Amino acid sequence: MPIEKFAILRSTCVPLPIENVDTDQIIPARFLKATTREGFGENLFRDWRYDKENKPKPDFVLNNSRFTGSILIAGKNFGSGSSREHAAWAIYDYGFKSVVSSFFADIFKNNALNNGLLPVQVGESFLENIFKAVEQNPDAVLEINLESQEITLLSTGEKEKFDINPYKKECLLKGYDDIDYLLSIKDKIIAFEGDRIL
Amino acid sequence: MGKSLFDKVWDAHVVTQVKDGPAVLYIDRHLIHEVTSPQAFAGLDKRGIRVFRPGQTFATPDHNVPTVDQHLTIKDVLSRTQVDKLTENTKKHGIQLFGLNHPYQGIVHVVGPELGITQPGMTIVCGDSHTATHGAFGCVAFGIGTSEVEMVLASQCIMQPKPKKMKITVNGQLGTGVTAKDLILYIISRMSASGGTGYFIEYAGTAVKSLSMEGRMTVCNMSIEMGARGGMIAPDETTFNYVQGREYAPKGGEWDKKLAYWKTLHSDPDALFDKELQYDASDIEPMITYGTNPGMGTGITGHIPELHEVPAGNRPTFEKALQYMNFTYGLPLIGKPVDYVFVGSCTNGRIEDLRAFAYFVKGRKKAKDIIVWVVPGSKQVEKQAKSEGLDKILADAGFEMRQPGCSACLAMNDDKIPEGKYALSTTNRNFEGRQGPGSRTLLASPLTAAAAAVTGKITDPRDFL
Repeated sequence: MPIEKFAILRSTCVPLPIENVDTDQIIPARFLKATTREGFGENLFRDWRYDKENKPKPDFVLNNSRFTGSILIAGKNFGSGSSREHAAWAIYDYGFKSVVSSFFADIFKNNALNNGLLPVQVGESFLENIFKAVEQNPDAVLEINLESQEITLLSTGEKEKFDINPYKKECLLKGYDDIDYLLSIKDKIIAFEGDRIL
Repeated sequence: MGKSLFDKVWDAHVVTQVKDGPAVLYIDRHLIHEVTSPQAFAGLDKRGIRVFRPGQTFATPDHNVPTVDQHLTIKDVLSRTQVDKLTENTKKHGIQLFGLNHPYQGIVHVVGPELGITQPGMTIVCGDSHTATHGAFGCVAFGIGTSEVEMVLASQCIMQPKPKKMKITVNGQLGTGVTAKDLILYIISRMSASGGTGYFIEYAGTAVKSLSMEGRMTVCNMSIEMGARGGMIAPDETTFNYVQGREYAPKGGEWDKKLAYWKTLHSDPDALFDKELQYDASDIEPMITYGTNPGMGTGITGHIPELHEVPAGNRPTFEKALQYMNFTYGLPLIGKPVDYVFVGSCTNGRIEDLRAFAYFVKGRKKAKDIIVWVVPGSKQVEKQAKSEGLDKILADAGFEMRQPGCSACLAMNDDKIPEGKYALSTTNRNFEGRQGPGSRTLLASPLTAAAAAVTGKITDPRDFL
């Protein structure tokens, strides 16, 4: 089933300069009880975003109207811990199309890619520069070009190339998903089963 | 050039390699539970397709289930809906379900091995990051997201790039009172919570080989806590003896054939790894964590690092963690009072864990004002514990055993640690709010948990042994 195609993304950013943001922070376990994929954005970063009385905590970035946009910038080792895909769903459902960090946890990266949410890994110093630029000017715009695999801080022109598996890139650009592909090679899978000696 | 254990198992399961892309990896066993599967089944319905190989998927509810009064209807409506959905979906697609009150129900990673569903050399996935547990049998086993659960249901395959390989060797003998849990917490404290990212780990060495199957499962289980895709241990006589005779294990001639293959599953002497590390078992003491990721741990006689002992780049995370835990720099951990003790989870909820806890508290009494939850990992573990009289030993010391499930490990059910309270847990994650909003978790072994349960504070279990 098609995912949303990813072309060129130009947007302001929401900075979250915290390292090791685990998926329990992105979406706490008690909010995993739904049986559909929608609506998780409401509880994105729930315990950092709201207090016990469910009032927004003013010091958390999602509650700070200075910062908006569809790119989340986060400290290194983003998405560690539980394999819950609900973390990627929550980020996407909230309105982000890309997460930029200097390091991603493996399972989160796969989950994000499977949902049209692009994880962009940049160098430590570029990440620092993005944080600084956005802090100084919340209107600073990042451009993420998937086709050329470039991320550019438009205010300074500073840019970096980023890596992505060529197959996954193709999937995102064309909006394909893995299951369409797997179903198309079913004969090969059946043949493999027949050939196994064990 | 020789092959590593990981290569042998991986290569035997590659259906095809996508050009410049991931491998299409065939999956032998797929385990599902109520939380990460409903959206995958809904996806199949949308596509109008059925489960491709229902006989290779096994289901049990664990994350959400209550640990008291399991014979009654689940009170929480959302939890009940998820558990009912699992029943409905497995029935519709002809998948074996070990439902609530079934004699085989339990935490999915406890159930797989104890029923012999998990066998050496298999590829095993589950929508849960602690699937790495099954690596203890020489399996390539790892956690997946729900889109990937749908892939496996649809095609019995998954698209995966091949990870890098790391070998961690621990030689020597673990000291008295030092367990498999301490061994893995020690490795993670050295590696950090992200040091294994991108790798699949093989654990080797005399200290690892001398562990029981359950100890090996504890070690592999926590591989994800350093970011690794999974961890595995070459199968040997300990493994074969464990598997033989279990419900789903091969029998007769089939057993002999499989056994011959399983004996080839080890890294060749000249196998290459992308990274190799070595540790000495005699350097390890009972471990405890003080921070908000599993890499923030120390030997129990140690202290929380002083700020200057922490690399400059890690200080913001370190300070944030200590603030959350309400700990100060340089604080020794022994003697710190705890409010709760939790024994259970896919990390330490097996029979040997319950035995370790029970025999430690035997003849002693639960500390005043401490709340202790002992939750067996499965119905089979619960039954075994009762048949050995562990429930009586626990009752005599003032503890009660609850019913199986993930329970307070991730606090999806009612078993939540209250805000600000300290819980010494035999689980796998000490993240902020993991055991309930505002809860503060200290990870340790069942022995260290037992020592805290009878003293009410962080105590070196070796003082009692």
